Amino acid sequence: MTLRFLLQKLARAILTVILIVTTVFVVLRLTGDPAMYVLGIEADPRALEQFREKWGLNDPIWQQYLQFLWNCLRGDFGYSYFEERDAMTAVMERVPKTILLMGVTAIFTLLVGIPMGVLAAIHRNSWIDRLAMTASVAGFSLPNFVLGIFLILTFSVFLRWLPTGGSGTWQHLVLPVLTMGLAEAAVFARFTRSAMLEALNQPYMRTARAKGLRRNATVWTHALPNAAIPLVTITGFFIGTLIAGGVVTETVFSWPGLGRLLVTSVSNRDLAVVQIIVMFIAVSMVVTNLTIDLLYGWLDPRVGSARSGE
Amino acid sequence: MSDRDLTVRPKIKVPLIVGLSFAWLIAMVLISLTLDLWQPHDFQAMNLRARFAPPVWMEGGSWSHIFGTDNLGRDVLSRLVVSIRISLLVALLGTVIGAVLGTLIGLLAARFGGIVDDLVMVGIDYQAALPFMILALAVVAFAGNSLTLFILLMGLYGWERYARIARGLALSAITQGYAVAVKTLGASPMRIYGRHILPNIANALIVNMTLNFPQTIMLETSLSFLGLGIQPPMTSLGNMVGFGRDFLLNAWWLATIPALVIFVTTLAFALVGDWARDQLDPTSR
Repeated sequence: MTLRFLLQKLARAILTVILIVTTVFVVLRLTGDPAMYVLGIEADPRALEQFREKWGLNDPIWQQYLQFLWNCLRGDFGYSYFEERDAMTAVMERVPKTILLMGVTAIFTLLVGIPMGVLAAIHRNSWIDRLAMTASVAGFSLPNFVLGIFLILTFSVFLRWLPTGGSGTWQHLVLPVLTMGLAEAAVFARFTRSAMLEALNQPYMRTARAKGLRRNATVWTHALPNAAIPLVTITGFFIGTLIAGGVVTETVFSWPGLGRLLVTSVSNRDLAVVQIIVMFIAVSMVVTNLTIDLLYGWLDPRVGSARSGE
Repeated sequence: MSDRDLTVRPKIKVPLIVGLSFAWLIAMVLISLTLDLWQPHDFQAMNLRARFAPPVWMEGGSWSHIFGTDNLGRDVLSRLVVSIRISLLVALLGTVIGAVLGTLIGLLAARFGGIVDDLVMVGIDYQAALPFMILALAVVAFAGNSLTLFILLMGLYGWERYARIARGLALSAITQGYAVAVKTLGASPMRIYGRHILPNIANALIVNMTLNFPQTIMLETSLSFLGLGIQPPMTSLGNMVGFGRDFLLNAWWLATIPALVIFVTTLAFALVGDWARDQLDPTSR
């Protein structure tokens, strides 16, 4: 991996973040007058004018944009009109809840999806395989909010085992995690299966068997680590669906995280809050994708040398 | 994928589950085309004295409201068929727009290379760095009540996949014999790409459309569920689930019936799409 390759990747990553922040800035500024949303349609015109003047909403958009960039550089990410406090504080308050939900979901996904995919690959064309693959098609085509509604109906309304929404105890975490995790696990199982099938057919598997290792040992110590390499590539996709799914799932279960804040802030035109959340998402996606790219060369030296030889 | 292998077509066997999926999808299309036959009431007509009537199979249900009524006494069946039409229409138009736009961008990138190609790549990077749902959230408030803008937005969804497929396949097609031949004969680039390369790479693009369609339904219904997609007084399947969510405890059918329709429809599409992909590309397994 050459320095040039590294710098190129880094430059593209930074460019992507800047592009995203810029488009969202422009789109949000064009889509309506925050003053109307905050003060109401029937507000006194003078109050509206005062509000716009105070927050620089009358300035030309490029001037607002430069001001915004300058403020960001100084660590000032704007003011939440709706919560009437610093937008960054309002956003940061929600971060732990979202990290908790996503973290538990990710663990669930890996613990369920990977073994399911491995089993399906080992017992190819058996009932286990067919069950896992059917589940994965169903999981892939089931929108989060539909699964969430079904789960609430079953476990909260009819069985009365778990709360319908909110947060605080571990019981509150169960249904949201299942809502996101089941679908993700299904997708992971599918990818694991095809990566495992590929790995199981490699010559090193025969060698391992020939030197007297038991089948189980070869599967978990030889095939899975090799199958894990292509799995790394879908991590970016995985994080993306977690973020998008989180927005919906948090709303279904009234989970007070970033996703729900994003939805309410978009409805309220709380510009600064939307801006920060989108920036968070863009940075975490870009960093993830960049890490995967770099990690890939390290995990699979064949790719690395092929790339730097380009 | 070699086209020559397809000259002798094996008899196609359709698995039962795929057949059932086809039947369901055809039923959905027929329902949305023959709307009036299925609408016992006007879908917006309110009747506050008949709120929360249960479906016909439950105690207290009646045949005049087969799937019951909602919190404003509107007939759920009538709303359901209108919603099916809207959701299918949005997904159909969105998919077609996305396919045309993405393919065009991909072919342009393949034809011109250089800076055009670089720009397209930046666009693809962009899309990979921002889940489309989030971008859509930022834009939908702008769309407001405009159905046209909302459909255009759905059309943007997934363009990068068409672009990547079209670009990749066109780049390999342009070096093949037939493309070189028509080029030597003096055909214009428009003709080469439009009349010769596009038909040869269409299979992969069509398969991507069948995969994209249910995802567009999912995106539209999710946004509508959040209250940021199709706006009242219009209705969509996601919309119905969203409003029904608040009444799960005392009127479970409001959210459950449209949710079931969404699930079966997207599942049917995914099964048909999977099957179609295996048929068109036997090597993809």
